[in-house]
Amino acid sequence: MVAANHSESNHGFADYFEFFALPQQFRVDLQALDRAYLKIQQEVHPDKFVRSSDSEKRQSLQIATYANTAHQTLKHGIRRGIYLCGLKGFDPQLETNTSMPKEFLMQQMALREEMDEARGDLAALTVIQEQANRELKKQMDEIELQFDTFDKPELAMLHLRAALFFERLLEELDHQMMVAST
Amino acid sequence: MALLQIAEPGQSRNPHARRIAIGIDLGTTNSLVASMRNAIPEVLKSENGQTMLPSIVRYLDNGNTQAGYEALAHAVQDPKNTIVSVKRLMGRGLKDISHAHNLPYDFVDTSGMLKIQTIQGEKSPVEISAQILARLRQLAEDSFSDEIEGAVITVPAYFDDAQRQATKDAAQLAGIHVLRLLNEPTAAALAYGLDHGSEGVYAIFDLGGGTFDISILRLSKGVFEVLATGGDSALGGDDFDHALMRDLLQNIELQEISASDQRALILKCRDLKETLSSHHTVLFEFTFATGQSLQRTVTADDFATLTQPLINRALLGVKKAMKDAAMTVADIQGVVMVGGATRMPHVQAAVAHYFQKTPLNDLNPDEVVALGAARQADLLVGNKNKNDEWLLLDVIPLSLGVEMMGGLVEKIIPRNTPIPVAIAQDFTTFKDGQTALAVHVLQGERELAQDCRSLGKFELRGIPPMVAGAARIRVTYQVDADGLLSVSAKEEKSGVTASIEVKPSYGLADGEIARMLSESFQTAAGDMVLRALREEQVEAMRLIDAVNNSLNSDSNLLSPEEVHVITQALSTLKESASHSQEIDVLRKDITTLAQVTEEFAARRMNANIRRALTGKNVKDID
Repeated sequence: MVAANHSESNHGFADYFEFFALPQQFRVDLQALDRAYLKIQQEVHPDKFVRSSDSEKRQSLQIATYANTAHQTLKHGIRRGIYLCGLKGFDPQLETNTSMPKEFLMQQMALREEMDEARGDLAALTVIQEQANRELKKQMDEIELQFDTFDKPELAMLHLRAALFFERLLEELDHQMMVAST
Repeated sequence: MALLQIAEPGQSRNPHARRIAIGIDLGTTNSLVASMRNAIPEVLKSENGQTMLPSIVRYLDNGNTQAGYEALAHAVQDPKNTIVSVKRLMGRGLKDISHAHNLPYDFVDTSGMLKIQTIQGEKSPVEISAQILARLRQLAEDSFSDEIEGAVITVPAYFDDAQRQATKDAAQLAGIHVLRLLNEPTAAALAYGLDHGSEGVYAIFDLGGGTFDISILRLSKGVFEVLATGGDSALGGDDFDHALMRDLLQNIELQEISASDQRALILKCRDLKETLSSHHTVLFEFTFATGQSLQRTVTADDFATLTQPLINRALLGVKKAMKDAAMTVADIQGVVMVGGATRMPHVQAAVAHYFQKTPLNDLNPDEVVALGAARQADLLVGNKNKNDEWLLLDVIPLSLGVEMMGGLVEKIIPRNTPIPVAIAQDFTTFKDGQTALAVHVLQGERELAQDCRSLGKFELRGIPPMVAGAARIRVTYQVDADGLLSVSAKEEKSGVTASIEVKPSYGLADGEIARMLSESFQTAAGDMVLRALREEQVEAMRLIDAVNNSLNSDSNLLSPEEVHVITQALSTLKESASHSQEIDVLRKDITTLAQVTEEFAARRMNANIRRALTGKNVKDID
């Protein structure tokens, strides 16, 4: 059993950015995105079509679903970056390509070791979390620069992969901190 | 069965009449039905003036059934045929019930949902719940002497797919048209009128008889956005009763306890729990059928200590939901208390302590969910003006996944994803000429398939034979606004739609519902045909109205030829809806009109979005 990538119908819109009437770029005005999302849901949500024809109910379900996927994708920086890479014709190969510079991998290993040593120690875990958040922010800034200033999606792609490493580390830190606080 | 009102064909009943819609809180301990009267939601009362119907059903040897207080009166004397707290058994197998040995029933362990052996044979939780729902429907019909257009039925936010589906099946069995399944905490927020001018983030803490829910909601301009939900669908007031019972029994030497004694003792423990909410010290006395007696003084402090682990479980759920919502205690504007079990002072205190603020509890916690459901039902059937509307945006409470090699679960839709949502996943074959493929869908947060809830096994058949790895089968998992899952599959290369055989692990097959329908309500065959025809006529009129309205407002989106095709299908259906008594003709004409308006519906939806975002005048959709 192999699971691959997904695609879907665009419902007559060029992409998620056009759907929300936002410019196609990495930097997104999150408040404008939320406003557009809520406006659209107020038009298309299935609750507005309880008494409509079945065709309209089906349309409403499909487009409300599309609106949710589009909103979730553009809201999260890494998902937005991956999506934007795809629009620009680059496959970030996140599943298959995990090769990273040696220094980067060393840093990851060091952070993970620190996390293991800090197990159960909320204060120590918080320090690591702050550091990981700073590193993630650096990668996100770099991604924005490569996409929006230099128009180099192939370089943005490398930083996306790095950001993903930090995101996974942060997820695990979250879990550890939850355990430590109970 | 209520008499059907049939209007002159081609004429609807008074078009300006308010449509009657009800909200039902199908609770573990008590159930209620509410509706809007003079713009205020109101719980409907029985002839005896009671608002709450105990969620208890008794099967009698003469083939009759009792529900509510009537059944409660026999709960002790006839424990095996008197089913209480059936909600905890919905969509569950016997192995899922942690305290089955404490329950006096004769369980039948089937491969799917458990059943209970009663004097009237095996009954599933769906059938038992349908008895309660049928009583509530009757109560509503009597109150309005009119047909009920539909109902919003509430479920714990934390209910999984099997539990939701079971609830919907029960409603269908009781002859209720379900407008929407609504999460209980969201219903409570609606009842508190949080849509009126309240902005900010609220927490809804809902500890009912058998379930615990926590929802974190963000309100802005009439939109209720659920940020995260969590809880425990097997934690409620019942568990506080059981904790008391276990503690009381621990200190005495007891040979065996009869089913009647067990039922009587648990009811007595419930009273004790309720008394301890207003008294510090209570003397508990109980005499067993054997003559042995039990006497003990219980203090509120003892009770608080004894049940602290239960409260800790609830608070752990709260913390997880807060984390999922990415909120801190300081972000929370207010906390709403829902459910009878929140009356316990030590529960109130624990919640107030965690959130650092006094919880809101000025509405009756037993009624608040039904009241909110009534408001939503009224909105859904269209009794509102455009400027008095609100929108609920909900999430899926538990992650959906599929079983991979080695029994591991791959998550396909993470918990707290906004719904409706759909995810497509591509599969391929691993043997030459393979024509079938099995997918096991699960719900839950654990990593191993055996620790998650099995929702169903889907077998895809009819894949065209190809070499291994050549087929590309796209499986789409769609979760609708009720939180219910449906699965479809298609082989992309050949375009063949693989047929899916769904084996719901805990659900009922369609045929099973039909059987129960004919069995338990002894509907005469003639009635069934008449009802079906009437339903199709209503559907036809609804469709005609909808298409007429769309043409009036948006015919500019169509070419003259397209308008022509639609108006023709429209007049054909008008004709058959007014004159034909043949259900098949009616169905065919409905399908035709639906098909020719499909593209129109898509264009209108699209145009509405563009208008909404460019700020141009949005025409009324209605």
